[in-house]
Amino acid sequence: MRAARVIALWVATTACGCSGNQSALAPSGAPALHIEHLIIGIVALCAVIWLAVMVVLAGALWRKPQEDDAEIRQRRLTVVVTAAVAATAILIAGMTVASFYTTRSIGLPERASITITVRAQQWWWQVFYASSGQTSGFQTANEIHTPVGQDVHVRLESADVIHSFWIPSLAGKQDLVPGRSNSLLLRAEKPGVYRGQCAEFCGLQHSHMAVMVIAEAPADYARWIASQSADAIPTTGADVAAGRAAFLAKPCAACHTIRGTAANGTTGPDLTHVGSRQTIAAGLVETTRGSMAAWIADPQTLKPGNNMPMVPLTSIELQDISAYMESLK
Amino acid sequence: MKREMSYSNGAFAAAAIALGIASGALGWLGESRELRLDPPVASDLDGFRLMPNGISGTPPESYFALGKPYETDAYNLSQGKRLYAWFGCSACHGDGRGGAGPSFLDGWWLYGPEIVSIVASVRDGRPHGMPAFRDRMTTEQIWQLAGYVQTIGAYKPKVAAPSRNDDKQTRPAENRGPAKILFDQGPAGVHPDQGPSP
Amino acid sequence: MIRSKDDGLRDTALSDKELNRALASTWSAQPGLWGALSTVDHKVIGRRYIATAFVFLALGGVLSLLMRLQLSQPEARFIGPDRYNQIFTMHGSNMMFLFAVPVMQAMAVYLVPLMVGTRNIAFPRLNAFSYWIYVAGGLLLWTAFIVDTGPDVGWFAYVPLSGPQYGVGKRADIWAQMITFTEVSALAIAVEIVVTVFKQRGPGMSLDRIPLFVWSMLVTSFLIILAMPAIMIASTSLILDRLVGTHFFNPAEGGDVLLWQHLFWFFGHPEVYIIFLPAVGMVSTIVATFTRRPVFGYLAMVMALVATGVLAFGLWVHHMFVAGLPRLGESFFTASSMAIAVPAGLQIFCWLATIWAGKPIFKTPFLFVIGFIVIFVIGGLTGVMVASVPFDTQVHDTYFVVAHFHYVLVGGAVFPLLGAIYYWFPKLTGKMMSETLGRWVFGLIFVGFNLTFFPMHILGLQGMPRRIYTYQPEMPWAGLNMFISLSAIVLAAGFLLFFVDAIRSARSGAVASANPWGASTLEWATASPPQPYNFARPPVVGSREPLWAEATALPVAAGLRVDRRELLITGVVEGIPEARESSVGNSIWPLWAALATTLTLVWSIFSPWAVVWGSIPVAVSLIGWFWPKGVLEDES
Repeated sequence: MRAARVIALWVATTACGCSGNQSALAPSGAPALHIEHLIIGIVALCAVIWLAVMVVLAGALWRKPQEDDAEIRQRRLTVVVTAAVAATAILIAGMTVASFYTTRSIGLPERASITITVRAQQWWWQVFYASSGQTSGFQTANEIHTPVGQDVHVRLESADVIHSFWIPSLAGKQDLVPGRSNSLLLRAEKPGVYRGQCAEFCGLQHSHMAVMVIAEAPADYARWIASQSADAIPTTGADVAAGRAAFLAKPCAACHTIRGTAANGTTGPDLTHVGSRQTIAAGLVETTRGSMAAWIADPQTLKPGNNMPMVPLTSIELQDISAYMESLK
Repeated sequence: MKREMSYSNGAFAAAAIALGIASGALGWLGESRELRLDPPVASDLDGFRLMPNGISGTPPESYFALGKPYETDAYNLSQGKRLYAWFGCSACHGDGRGGAGPSFLDGWWLYGPEIVSIVASVRDGRPHGMPAFRDRMTTEQIWQLAGYVQTIGAYKPKVAAPSRNDDKQTRPAENRGPAKILFDQGPAGVHPDQGPSP
Repeated sequence: MIRSKDDGLRDTALSDKELNRALASTWSAQPGLWGALSTVDHKVIGRRYIATAFVFLALGGVLSLLMRLQLSQPEARFIGPDRYNQIFTMHGSNMMFLFAVPVMQAMAVYLVPLMVGTRNIAFPRLNAFSYWIYVAGGLLLWTAFIVDTGPDVGWFAYVPLSGPQYGVGKRADIWAQMITFTEVSALAIAVEIVVTVFKQRGPGMSLDRIPLFVWSMLVTSFLIILAMPAIMIASTSLILDRLVGTHFFNPAEGGDVLLWQHLFWFFGHPEVYIIFLPAVGMVSTIVATFTRRPVFGYLAMVMALVATGVLAFGLWVHHMFVAGLPRLGESFFTASSMAIAVPAGLQIFCWLATIWAGKPIFKTPFLFVIGFIVIFVIGGLTGVMVASVPFDTQVHDTYFVVAHFHYVLVGGAVFPLLGAIYYWFPKLTGKMMSETLGRWVFGLIFVGFNLTFFPMHILGLQGMPRRIYTYQPEMPWAGLNMFISLSAIVLAAGFLLFFVDAIRSARSGAVASANPWGASTLEWATASPPQPYNFARPPVVGSREPLWAEATALPVAAGLRVDRRELLITGVVEGIPEARESSVGNSIWPLWAALATTLTLVWSIFSPWAVVWGSIPVAVSLIGWFWPKGVLEDES
């Protein structure tokens, strides 16, 4: 078990969990682009204001006081201070208007044709895709696929405490509040992997609650939808079959669903296509057979306090289950 | 200046005394959370001894060495409460007042109120419909759940007991001692299928 | 106007020497421990308050260093998530409730009675009670933290994370009850300050002659009186939800989760100005003294203080821009949040004009004011940024906001406070602080602060959220975080040097004269440190800068009795004497009342019955407190 712990630590500190962009300064979505323009404008303006104040301060500190008429000086200062206050009022009015128009240009999420429901839990993201046409609805976890260039309406709900959904490169954040339903508009302008993470403190593992948005061409998106809505593909291989049996016999199946098998637990993430996701455990580590094994062997060392228990497994069982997980493409 | 010094000495003395009292009062309720149960401890916990009739027994020494965490620690009790919902206990036991399965709140324990009896019930199942959760929960989870079940059915409310959930309220919360309140109304009938106490 | 029915010993009948001796015997505390516990002298309590608050500052600083240690590397394992959550919650709660607000009020407890020329604060026993309650609240929180039961839900304690279902154990209860302690103590001082300023000003100190620091504390006290009830309702509702099973914040039973945020921020935003406005007063005082001229635009400054106080209540929603409130409403709060930049800017411009017109003397307090202007303007401008809804959706709850409010609170309040400590230290202790060390302290803190907090703006925009105990190695944040952690050492060294300087100077600093800086306000018209009775004879005020206007001797009022504690009551507007009023003597009962209250509040964490049974000792102590003993002070 100690060996497993060491492996887990090693994986956690070295594996590149497929970063993707997570920066308000590297926008690729329409809302984030609008906001970036606003950010650059306001920051530039504020920098100028700060420099101006600093120049005046330096001048005031180093200036040699002149023995001029006190009354004239007082009048001059009054005029200058009044003008400065008026300028402040005008500038902030301008920034208020700019802010208002940025909000307007982002638009409303309700008009979008695609709706995805995200339900946050301590400490992962449950994602629901509704059925449409030929494909049935399905759920996945910690990974959202969207078609490039289309508006996507993300409905935000919470299963427990308040979380906040934030993909900085695509849009600003929005809270997920229990008892309420919020909305957010996403629209990726170019294909890519956009990382985000929970931005409202939500308990022990607030730090490890990442979500990936994968924007892809509409055809790829349609293919992804079709594959995700299908049941788990029965794969061959002795270790995979043994892993499948172990998964169903052990506590794993009590919390996780794998469509097409007897595993139908609802507490943990749906694992039907876990092998196709880029990361596991809410963006903690990249999906590989090794990281799977490390995670299953000792989830409480990698992500202390999360709700996945440490299930005692033999090393053979661990290998088999990891192989099975990896095979669930 | 001398008087100044004695003022500050006095203030320091008062602060020290107050700190001592406060530490004493709070010391016993330290809520250190053990988020990762060491596998050897878990397997030791699984090896508790039960009387041959399946009622009562003793937990392993390590359980006492840890300070009976599953009965007294708020974090474990609260995790147990989550497990109660997640593993569908309410399907038979309702909010604790029973249904298809027996009630925990009527003051009657078919197999006794000791934690090992409850752990055994959850782990191994009981006659007349209680399934075994051995293969569905880990040892730690079973102990957490058992501690919670014992708490809702305790005759005296525990300080560490969880409070109400953010749901519709159907009975007094665990920290109000629901079993104590409902016990006063006399024992609710055991489910007919439950049969006589073993 | 002055009553003359009684015929006790008046100061008119005595020579200066006899007067001082008589006043000292009337106003002094008893010697020894009993005297220390029963004193009601605002100077003793104020000093104690300030020292305690700085102890909490040091403790909070240690917590921040622990956080910086953990964040210096990705996936570091110095501190686990459970302890880290306690640490950042403690850091915020400690700094806001046990340091920033109390220290500002403590400065007022010490200075306001001196600055308005009276002998003690109004309601001196309430003042003593306030201190003991404050200490009890601080001990409760820190003891809990030491035994690993510290609150772990953030200083904002959002439900449902802090509610009965997800806030496990007693941790959140301890947070909520600590709030009750500090609110009671803060409200008590606020009431004392308002009454002291309105009714105990020296004769002739009309409204337009009140020093700007006293104005700022008056406005602050009104903010406290209006804002604190909101958090008291919130924290009490939370405790009721958690312990008694009410449903204020439970959506399933008709409660509302966002109600907590509204209540919390209706207090929480004015809280920022409760901390900032006293600092404004300190800056005005220091600027005037070290440029040797009155602050430019006195009336405008007072109006700006009042305007800030009013606007402070109209912008709490900008903390909730991403909670999902209606867009139109949010736009209103953008406008109101931006509008507060106008009075803030006005104050900055007035100080700049004062410095421009005067000849600055670069002593340590003035250095801190310069640092304040440099840093606070950045904090104010980033405040304008987060007031914009779309901008805020990107930076809310990120390190950008961490940087912003440290620029506002450390730059806007701690810099002036440190300047104020260097400035008023001679009055507090009778000793001067070291000018050499002072320059080092300023340099280290100024450089350390900017190196520590400026990079956080960038981290926030790069997507680093707040309140995370670690981050993954693939995120591009590791370099800046290591840099910040190293810079924090510089900042901590500055504070350490400050504490060394303060302790060393208090023991063996150069002896201070009555008015070492040549300042203009009344606290410098008496000895350093002042006698227990503050002024042998109450000064009469004839101008806004009494010590500059009356170069040789201040005119004084006469006629107060010296055989009992007596002070002058004056009119609210003109400061015309109205009556002689007795001021209560020393009493141990405020301490008993505080202990009884502490017992009740701590017990109530464990059982709601504490409110019933605990009311008995509280009632007993209050009866003892107010029991008439037939002494002179009880009359009239």
